[in-house]
Amino acid sequence: MRASLALVLFSVSAAALAADAGEIKVVQGAAHIERGSVRLPAKVGMPVQEADRVVTGADGTVGITFADNSLLSIGPGSSFAIDRYVFDSTTYAGKFDSTLSKGTLAVVSGKMVKQSPEAMRVRTPSAIMGVRGTDFVVRVTDH
Amino acid sequence: MPVLVVAVMVALAIITATPVETVTVLPSADGHVGTVVVQRGETQQVLHEAYATSRSGQTEVTRLSAQDVQSTYGRALHALPALPATFLLYFTTGTDELTAESRLELDKVLAAMRARPLPDVLVIGHTDTVGDADGNDRLSAQRAETVKGFLVGIGIPAERIRTAGRGERELLVPTADNVDEPRNRRVEINVR
Repeated sequence: MRASLALVLFSVSAAALAADAGEIKVVQGAAHIERGSVRLPAKVGMPVQEADRVVTGADGTVGITFADNSLLSIGPGSSFAIDRYVFDSTTYAGKFDSTLSKGTLAVVSGKMVKQSPEAMRVRTPSAIMGVRGTDFVVRVTDH
Repeated sequence: MPVLVVAVMVALAIITATPVETVTVLPSADGHVGTVVVQRGETQQVLHEAYATSRSGQTEVTRLSAQDVQSTYGRALHALPALPATFLLYFTTGTDELTAESRLELDKVLAAMRARPLPDVLVIGHTDTVGDADGNDRLSAQRAETVKGFLVGIGIPAERIRTAGRGERELLVPTADNVDEPRNRRVEINVR
């Protein structure tokens, strides 16, 4: 029993360490992170993880630096989800899948894309973008 | 037509309203322009020129002006974090000791840290091709840890520093195996 509890604690802390995909570097106006059922106000220095959703209010923006030096920023009135983020800091192999459901997104791709083209994909409700080492912007509107 | 039917049709039209997306490739800070491949169902558009734009419902690749980009994406672009600043420190062969010049470079790292609101530091060790790959993985990680020690010594909090060892995977100067190359024995510091 004690051994299995220790094992559980160990796996939880290992998962928490592995799960940091990036860190919030810029916040302006209203913005929050949805993590499971928890809603956290976005703050500079806050880590972001796989499965987090970043939501900005009408005046809100958020900028994030990821572990592989990918830079992402989310404009006002946006909803952006980190679906999958894996990065090996030794081999630079990784996978970065995300979804912009609405609003605007700016991207500067990082090291994993240099290592393997198309390691990064951004989805919108009707498209999938494969990224080969570049800066780009995406906007999703209702009409 | 009965009012109810119209109301249902309007509601359905709102529910099924397809979101529209626009994707534009931008030149990077150093002028480089990469590629974005946009896949919509069976159709694919390849964007590989500055300001090339793909929009749902349009078959042609179009182009946005720099002003259009600024008016639509200005707020998002303004929120992009600063590009990571990179510094290189060099080592004497087979050791984790910095060269004399590289000890002075540490001051510049500290200045870059002070220029950022909440900096974090990534320290990445590299080796030349002398020795085997596994040993070089260990040596590169050891060099990164050594530099982390220096950074902590000049006042940077340890919890803001991460380290990684890349061994001989990323040679600054490409060489054959077992070549003593001082420029490959380095640690890269990213201040982010």
